[in-house]
Amino acid sequence: MKTFIENITRRELIQGAISAGALVLGAKLIPQNAEAAPTAWNPSVYLGLEADGTVVVIAHRSEMGTGIRSVLPMVVADELGADWKRVRVEQALGDAKYGSQNTDGSCSIRDFVDAMHVAGASARLMLQRAAAAKWNVKAEDTKADNGYIVHTASGKKLAFGELVADASKLPVPAKEDLKFKPASEYKYIGKDVPMIDAVPVTTGTGVFGIDAKMPGMLIAMVERPPVMGGTVQSFDDTEAKKVPGVAQTVQLDTFKGAPVFQQLGGVAILANSTWAAMQGRKKLKIEWNNSPNAAFDSESYKTELRNKAKATQKVVRNVGNVDAEFAKGGKIVEAEYYVPLLSHAPMEPPAAVAEYKDGKVVTYCATQNPQAVQDAVAGALGIDKKQVECHVTLLGGGFGRKSKPDYVVEAALLSRKTNKPVKVVWTREDDIRFDYYHSVAAMYMKASLGADGKPTAWLQRSVFPTIGSLFANGAEYGQEFEMGMGWTDLPFDLANHRAENGPAKNHVRIGWMRAVANIYHAYAIHSFADELAVAAGKDRVDYLMSLLGPSRKVDFTGQGMKVWNNGQSLDKYPIDTGRLKNVLELAATKSGWANKKPGNRSALGVAVHRSFVSNVAAVVQVDVDDKGKVTIPRVDIAADCGQIIHPDRVKAQFEGAAVFGTSIAMLGEITAKDGRVVQRNFNDYPVARMPEAPKEVHVHIVPSKEPHAGVGEPGVPPIAPAICNAIFAATGKRVRDLPVKRHNLA
Amino acid sequence: MPYTLNLNGKSVSVDVPGAMPLLWVLRDELDMCGTKFGCGAGQCGACTVHVNGAPARACITPISAANGKNITTIEGLSPDGTHPLQIAWQEIDVPQCGYCQAGQIMSAAALLAKKPNPSDADIDAAMDGNLCRCGTYIRIKAAIHKAAKMAPTTTSGKPASAPATSGGGNGGGQ
Repeated sequence: MKTFIENITRRELIQGAISAGALVLGAKLIPQNAEAAPTAWNPSVYLGLEADGTVVVIAHRSEMGTGIRSVLPMVVADELGADWKRVRVEQALGDAKYGSQNTDGSCSIRDFVDAMHVAGASARLMLQRAAAAKWNVKAEDTKADNGYIVHTASGKKLAFGELVADASKLPVPAKEDLKFKPASEYKYIGKDVPMIDAVPVTTGTGVFGIDAKMPGMLIAMVERPPVMGGTVQSFDDTEAKKVPGVAQTVQLDTFKGAPVFQQLGGVAILANSTWAAMQGRKKLKIEWNNSPNAAFDSESYKTELRNKAKATQKVVRNVGNVDAEFAKGGKIVEAEYYVPLLSHAPMEPPAAVAEYKDGKVVTYCATQNPQAVQDAVAGALGIDKKQVECHVTLLGGGFGRKSKPDYVVEAALLSRKTNKPVKVVWTREDDIRFDYYHSVAAMYMKASLGADGKPTAWLQRSVFPTIGSLFANGAEYGQEFEMGMGWTDLPFDLANHRAENGPAKNHVRIGWMRAVANIYHAYAIHSFADELAVAAGKDRVDYLMSLLGPSRKVDFTGQGMKVWNNGQSLDKYPIDTGRLKNVLELAATKSGWANKKPGNRSALGVAVHRSFVSNVAAVVQVDVDDKGKVTIPRVDIAADCGQIIHPDRVKAQFEGAAVFGTSIAMLGEITAKDGRVVQRNFNDYPVARMPEAPKEVHVHIVPSKEPHAGVGEPGVPPIAPAICNAIFAATGKRVRDLPVKRHNLA
Repeated sequence: MPYTLNLNGKSVSVDVPGAMPLLWVLRDELDMCGTKFGCGAGQCGACTVHVNGAPARACITPISAANGKNITTIEGLSPDGTHPLQIAWQEIDVPQCGYCQAGQIMSAAALLAKKPNPSDADIDAAMDGNLCRCGTYIRIKAAIHKAAKMAPTTTSGKPASAPATSGGGNGGGQ
């Protein structure tokens, strides 16, 4: 379970990461290994200066579309007083010295912004001291400006490059000596600096995992066991090997124990071109031993989950006594909700190139987590993780899929077996059939309404196979982090409230996908809140306001639960209903909520959800034509993510989340029959295309001085319930199981 | 057998099976990786190139069908990466992960060559075959409109300078 802790509760390592940055700086560690930035002076693991004054910032997080490769370096450059045009960003190798590199959980900024400021301010002060010594003035009478240290009184200046040699001989300043720039002097922070990768990816020169090459490499495709945990009984590669270009086949063992990031097993075909590997693969004849997962059938599994959700389960939060309240009678509302398995389907399928040589592995891959690559490859090959050199390419989408490096393990195993560098390429069919799926979930909700229409009691029950099953066979209950994603931390003002969770076995690999358990939790909670508003005859925004109750920091004491809160303290990141009500009001106002009445096949829907310590409300407009076709003319998202560094990239993430959420609501569904995933490609696992996506997404960012919060994921959860609530308002039809495409709205 | 392409204004020959899709000829044989693999079935548009000026999905275009034709890829869309669409894409910061964007730009370029001032509906129709999982559609549309207002579109298929081979990310291992 070590990997589990590292990858799932990485947030608990945050302090370690930040203080590691400071510690490294305090020790003035000049990286000794080959992957150190080739600079004259490295005052921090994140920062180096070359003798010509070029500032090299190390991007230790992975770029999969959030802009993090530009945005964190902007912070260093700004705090240092560098000229952004003379900054070069280099991608870090996997190395624990950087702190966590696991780029998920929407935490890159909040976990590392302080370390970036420290790196920049430390180097600046050393440059100031070097200049001050040359001029025989006080360091505090100098300042950094656009790549120079300037003596404020006289205006004389020295370029960073002229000071590198002297500065590098100085002791690193104590953290308490550092002076951080006031926000009023920021040059890049808070400004929409262009992304450093925009030119490469629009001219075809950006290098993604699938583009990486090593001399003499073979290209491999793997025919994997169709049922998870199955093994190869026998195979015949006679015909496959006759295909021109095919070099050899290799049988891969099926993973042992829990899947984690191990290879799935099967038979690999290796060739001198991707096309030859594809052709050879078709001619492989393989007999499989299936595992007990061959009995998995999505239809009967759905019934099983729904039945469990209707029965009493483990209590994960309790306030008051819902049973006593229900026993009093009154207006009872019940509803069941269901979200199917979903696939990440990043546009770039998993791909990695690796070479095993002399007990060492070098890999170039699209990964969200190069240190997990080191761990997984080292574990599979029985070598030390320091012997795994992981180069991170651009990622053609990640969404959580690429923090699970089974494809890199395949490449490393195949390289060792063939004594050649090997690039493993997954086809789209491989990607959709063998994903780490977003969990299927069934939820049951029940409430009794008082005379004022507000719930006097609220019961919520969920059943889903847990991500914990990826790391420990037999894990069947939701983990604390899953419960803490919009389920037990529900901030409604309820006198009687009980949350329960029931067990479910997994039959495919379950993994985290953008917004994770918030997706199904927010869908159930906000669909149900909408149903209650309708039952109470109230305006749905007003009703949500009343559910959120008085503005307060929610106190969970004595409710039989620990608040997960993304691993953050409630002191720093309180669950604040005032901020939630604020975004709700903002989204409602901007969308013109008050003027748009339900009915007439065009209406608004709303949801407000806190996740990744950010507060987000969405109002979605849907139009439903006579044939039942849904279009989404407009989405308004109001987001309070604390302080932000790059407003345009924040907007971009919420625009993208609206589309991702639309795919979840309208289209996404993975099913299995006889243990085999049925869907194959974008024809039967569709994701939103341009005409299906929202036509307009208006992102309204709440100005804030509160701590930085998540941006990449929290836009997703409110979208699906807001869409379904809008569909109800437009048509009177309530969609309680996704996707909408299964329902006739004519 | 050998096939000859007029690729980005330059004549190139490859000796590969006739069924090999143009996508893999470009990527594996000619080391031109700007054209991306997304689905292998003509469903996502990541591999969009121009064949005699018309948009085509390279993943389902056998090399035998491209023989003797003018092929334009993202590397050759303009001599120096300054096609109005590329400029507009950069100014609006359209890309998120960027993987689909070469295909998006190639589809958009074919649209603008045919319809210099497309409506939203024209764009929806022309871009329906190009998926973006990051969800950049709104900016794609805005960038197409912006490019349409810029200088006349560079004719697709004009000779290109040698494409740059290094870019973002951490490049190949050679």
